[in-house]
Amino acid sequence: MGTDQATVVVTGLGATTPLGGDVASTWQALLAGRSGARALPEELVSDLPVRIAAPAAVEPASVLDRVQVRRLDRCEQFAIVAAREAWADAGAPDAEPDRIGVAVSSGIGGIASTLDAYDTLNSKGWQRLSPYTVPMLMPNGSAGWISIELGARAGVHTTVSACASGAESIAYGIDMIRSGRADVVMAGGTEAAILRLNIAAFAAMRALSTRNDEPQRASRPFDKGRDGFLLGEGAAMLVLESAEHAARRGARVYAVAAGFGYSSDAHHIAQPAPDGKGLVRVMQNALADAGLSAGQVVHVNAHATSTPAGDIVEAQAIAAALGEAAAGAVVSSTKSMTGHLLGGAGALESVAAILALRERVAPPTINLDDPDDEAGIDIATEPRPLQQRGRAPMAALNNSFGFGGSNVALAFVAP
Amino acid sequence: MAMTEQEILAGLGEIVDEIAGVPADEVTPDKSFVDDLDIDSLSMVEIAVAAQDKFGVEIPDDELKNLKTVQDVVVFVQRSGVSA
Repeated sequence: MGTDQATVVVTGLGATTPLGGDVASTWQALLAGRSGARALPEELVSDLPVRIAAPAAVEPASVLDRVQVRRLDRCEQFAIVAAREAWADAGAPDAEPDRIGVAVSSGIGGIASTLDAYDTLNSKGWQRLSPYTVPMLMPNGSAGWISIELGARAGVHTTVSACASGAESIAYGIDMIRSGRADVVMAGGTEAAILRLNIAAFAAMRALSTRNDEPQRASRPFDKGRDGFLLGEGAAMLVLESAEHAARRGARVYAVAAGFGYSSDAHHIAQPAPDGKGLVRVMQNALADAGLSAGQVVHVNAHATSTPAGDIVEAQAIAAALGEAAAGAVVSSTKSMTGHLLGGAGALESVAAILALRERVAPPTINLDDPDDEAGIDIATEPRPLQQRGRAPMAALNNSFGFGGSNVALAFVAP
Repeated sequence: MAMTEQEILAGLGEIVDEIAGVPADEVTPDKSFVDDLDIDSLSMVEIAVAAQDKFGVEIPDDELKNLKTVQDVVVFVQRSGVSA
């Protein structure tokens, strides 16, 4: 990290997830090893090979204004709920509107609204489409609504990279502050894709677990019996702030958002490159950008979605990227409990990694009954204390990989 | 059978409450949708479509832009009802 760049810290967290309607309940459930998976209603999935998912624990419509709900896609509703929590948690920073930015994305955007609108068009005609259809289906809708709510005028951005979208938004937000474009940025991701079409389309790729009789055992990253991911939904947000701005207003600092790495596989549109070189590089890039040594990394919140191909490549890449220091890094896949939030995943897992650093405990990876022999990393199956090694502050990495070959790693450091 | 002004006003109040969250008792004849009730043009389209369904009238887009106040809509519905 160059000395001319602003240091970025995290001053607020927000989330609404399959485990809880806020950060506190989500974090408690993660430490308790509780799964958010359930069987889906018969009428939704009776003809599909996958009949399980991890729906949000709290319906967003139950906590938002009725009129606002009419105008927001479900993914936008999640985003607003999480952003409000994060902003309040940060103490509602009193920054100049021109210095507040938004970087919030989604892998898919307003797909429920798209499908509903198409049904309405065909059954009732174009006049019956909601005039809000376009802002409900566009992927940057969540970012736009949040910017209006916060009065954020430094820029509103949506970096779409499938399952890396949430992480890429956080990286983009860090960049906005480093480069002097903003003092405060709401950054995160959201997804609401537990729908017949999405389940069927992922099932057509054979990407989802079909462990329909045991929903809570379906997401089992790094386990030999893993057979695909579990679809989750929800949103998570971070309030990123320049360290100077945060210090000036006496804000509580959760962690330093120390750096990020990008890489791309250029291999296959939806499969990981088997050599894992892109994943090794993305973690090394993040460490270099953050000015960290591998030995400082005490925790990795892995992307690990519970797919046969992906988990093992990532495990080996973590071992390669950290080298000898890998032995001291406790790895968790919180997707074992939350399912895969797609564009929300990188943001939710950043929240988890930040809280792990703050509370000095790594959440467990549940359902890891029979670990893959080739993993070669230290995976927590119970909550595991984290300890600083040497004098340098401890750090955590959060990996996110998306279809299209997008790899993003974020590095957080204890304050 | 033509509706009375009061019936149209009450029905319009329900629609505006449902779509824009403005309490029905604030939907009085002299109010401007944009200036007084803070209703944007997108919501106005939704209100017009709901009014067409509720009152059984056609509100062409050309006409919609002339409906600036609550009274404008009441009068339009009454007139359309007579000719229907």
